[in-house]
Amino acid sequence: MATYSTSEFKGGLKIMLDGDPCSIIENEFVKPGKGQAFNRVKIRNLKTGRVIERTFKSGDSVEGADVMETDMQYLYNDGEFWHFMHPDTYEQVGADANAVADAAKWLKEQDTCLVTLWNGSPISVTPPNFVMLTVSETDPGVRGDTSGGGGKPATLETGAVVRVPLFIDVGEVLKVDTRTGEYVGRAKD
Amino acid sequence: MPRTDTLAECDWRPGADLETLKLRASLMARARTFFAARNVLEVDTPILSCAAATDPAIDSFATAYQGAGGAAGQPLYLHSSPEFCMKRLLATGCGPIFQLSHVFRNGESGRRHNPEFMLLEWYRPGFGPDALMDEVDELLAQLLAGYLDYRRAKRVTYRQWFIDETGLDPWRDTPAAFRSFAAANLASVPENMPDHERDPWLYLLLTHWLEPRLDADALFVHDYPASQASLARIRHQPLPVAERFELYLRGVELANGFHELGDSREQAQRFAHDNSLRQAAGQAPMPPDQRLIAALGHGLPDSSGVALGFDRLVMLAAGLTDIDSAMPFSVQRS
Repeated sequence: MATYSTSEFKGGLKIMLDGDPCSIIENEFVKPGKGQAFNRVKIRNLKTGRVIERTFKSGDSVEGADVMETDMQYLYNDGEFWHFMHPDTYEQVGADANAVADAAKWLKEQDTCLVTLWNGSPISVTPPNFVMLTVSETDPGVRGDTSGGGGKPATLETGAVVRVPLFIDVGEVLKVDTRTGEYVGRAKD
Repeated sequence: MPRTDTLAECDWRPGADLETLKLRASLMARARTFFAARNVLEVDTPILSCAAATDPAIDSFATAYQGAGGAAGQPLYLHSSPEFCMKRLLATGCGPIFQLSHVFRNGESGRRHNPEFMLLEWYRPGFGPDALMDEVDELLAQLLAGYLDYRRAKRVTYRQWFIDETGLDPWRDTPAAFRSFAAANLASVPENMPDHERDPWLYLLLTHWLEPRLDADALFVHDYPASQASLARIRHQPLPVAERFELYLRGVELANGFHELGDSREQAQRFAHDNSLRQAAGQAPMPPDQRLIAALGHGLPDSSGVALGFDRLVMLAAGLTDIDSAMPFSVQRS
């Protein structure tokens, strides 16, 4: 893998840090009136999602990380791995619980997710911004109550629990925003 | 020539808006008025020189002249400051001089850096650093009137500033002491910081601890470690201090001044020392300015000089935070 000098640093560059693949968020060049310059860099650890700050002496080099973000179709979960398929090559990869993390509760078969691959292996999975999921469990719907007040929890087919209006019933398909975990509306069929 | 289908999306516009360009012009005009009233002569020395700055922290752009008298290609460097030429003028007895000059430093690009920028640089025979700091205050009060309420800068020695902010003495404490302070207080400490040199730690703490903690007021920091003298005289009191000052305004490093080194032998030694540091670090040595050394040998009047980052001044006067929006076209729009 290539190495990158600090002069090549920019947002989105993927580098190795402490053995983990990371992505540069922000790079600031700082230099005193006279003397040594530094690059103060905000970096996201792509495995943990944590953002850290690192300072490099300007001119130093770091190893690049072989990281690729690609859209893949979610196939199934075998109990240990979540399997994804590349839509063009039909190539399949299995992501473990560390990689899937919180995305697991939104994954519905056939949905297209953004999978981050490091050296060809999945390290993180981003579900679609909006998913359509069927309600598998909730208190009986209260007809005619469209006041919007109150609400109740509903368990969806993937196991996710979201807060929904009182009129929602088991079997209905809901649109949910995965970034906030909030109910958006009933799916229009 | 860019392809026509990309021209429409090509960002051809300036970084500075018209209001900022007018402010920029007004500050240049005010600077000329200020110096004319004080009988300081405006000069315009060349950008190209066959000599270059030897300072290991400055990377000069290089080019070559080809043609009559230089068939094989005469190496020429874009000046990183007009300092050498201006001192050669001073040595002729021309009296006080100033210049608004575009200067060039490779590798310097960021929110407050552009590889081509403008310095307002001036030299005052007969002035010590204190008198020149007074004049910087007077200049800024006059230039910034109506844009920014400039109050006379407080003054602190580099040593006192460091001790106040870190409890560490830049002259006496060890690299190990600086390392443990950095490890305890900074978000991150770079790898391969040396265990036997103090200066890299001073630069790190200056940029990552002291400068970020500055308030908005103007502040002169003066009397730097002798190892950071650059082209300033060194005074022994009994600790050796470089007679150098920096001005901060709104937390931004704005100007650097020297009580100018006049000793030609010491100047030649500093050039040679810089080049030995460059070679040790794997950098190409730079051709020292022999004509400056000759001029100093002839005799430089006892002078102080200062260079002020003009684009940063415009940035502060306009209330901007990015140098790109203070100049017509920064390097990203070149």
